[in-house]
Amino acid sequence: MPTLAATTHLPADWRDLFALTKPRVMTLVVFTGLAGLLAAPVHVNPVLGFAAVLCIALGAGGAAALNMWYEADLDAQMRRTENRPLPSGRLDRQTALHFAVGLSAASVILMDLAANHLAALILAFSIFFYAVIYTVWLKRRTPQNIVIGGAAGAFPPLIGWVAATGRVELLPVLLFLLIFLWTPPHFWALSLFVRSDYAKAGVPMLPVVAGVANTRRQVFLYSLPMAAAAVAPWPLGLTGALYGITAVLLSAVFLVLAAAVLANRATEPAAMKPEKRLFAFSILYLFALFGAVAADRWLPL
Amino acid sequence: MTDPPPEDELIRARQRSGARATAILLILFVILVFAITLAKLTVNR
Repeated sequence: MPTLAATTHLPADWRDLFALTKPRVMTLVVFTGLAGLLAAPVHVNPVLGFAAVLCIALGAGGAAALNMWYEADLDAQMRRTENRPLPSGRLDRQTALHFAVGLSAASVILMDLAANHLAALILAFSIFFYAVIYTVWLKRRTPQNIVIGGAAGAFPPLIGWVAATGRVELLPVLLFLLIFLWTPPHFWALSLFVRSDYAKAGVPMLPVVAGVANTRRQVFLYSLPMAAAAVAPWPLGLTGALYGITAVLLSAVFLVLAAAVLANRATEPAAMKPEKRLFAFSILYLFALFGAVAADRWLPL
Repeated sequence: MTDPPPEDELIRARQRSGARATAILLILFVILVFAITLAKLTVNR
């Protein structure tokens, strides 16, 4: 067990508690959750819709805080994460745990009150999935951690839809599948150029255990079903042309960038421009697709 | 009278800030639950 910075005796600063919720990741979670809610073919009371999206954000924040609480030792070993509140010693572990559990429980209870039992149940399961199945069980044991853990980040659009309709239907399942299949190429592109960090921390990320070339192949292979899942709602008649055309164009760009990653032979992070380009584009890709799925419902072509 | 040491001041400042943040969050929580209840009544009418 690595030595963490000396535990602070100061009361927690709200900024450190806020940082525990991984606010940047939460942006994507809130956006995809909101898109799932807006894409649902029902009228949603604005107060209940706001409360449901807030619950998704609180749940994601609680799960992220549980993740940071459990992984403080790991975070202390990586340059990207060593300055987080727990490894840097700005926050004590007990406060972080109380905050994480409180936030998670509040999100599920509020979701049950504002939406329905099914949305609350899926939210609770997604928190459990991220905090226990991904963080505790898979992350340090298997290079497939990202593949299965990706499911945790795929729940928000499904939760948003179920909060609005009370039912699980094909479109939100395809949106779930889209994020699930998007996560491996997104994270493996990142892990290719920060692999020394993961290797140092002993996390079995794919580039560390299977090599750079194999990871590049996997990035490309996962991009194919991801693109198919992105485009599928259009031919299936679940969305209109606005979403369909956006999905076709952006998925084509994604595949071209993934092919450039596949063709790259560089092993030094400085020469991994295709990987950095794919990583940056993948974030834009998901934002644009979920923006399009919501816009398609309200502004059909 | 001597001034309290800087660390004491920092602790007091953090406690004040924490108490203020907790109060604001609790008030917002109550308003949210109230708003949800009203919205549910409207939806179910």
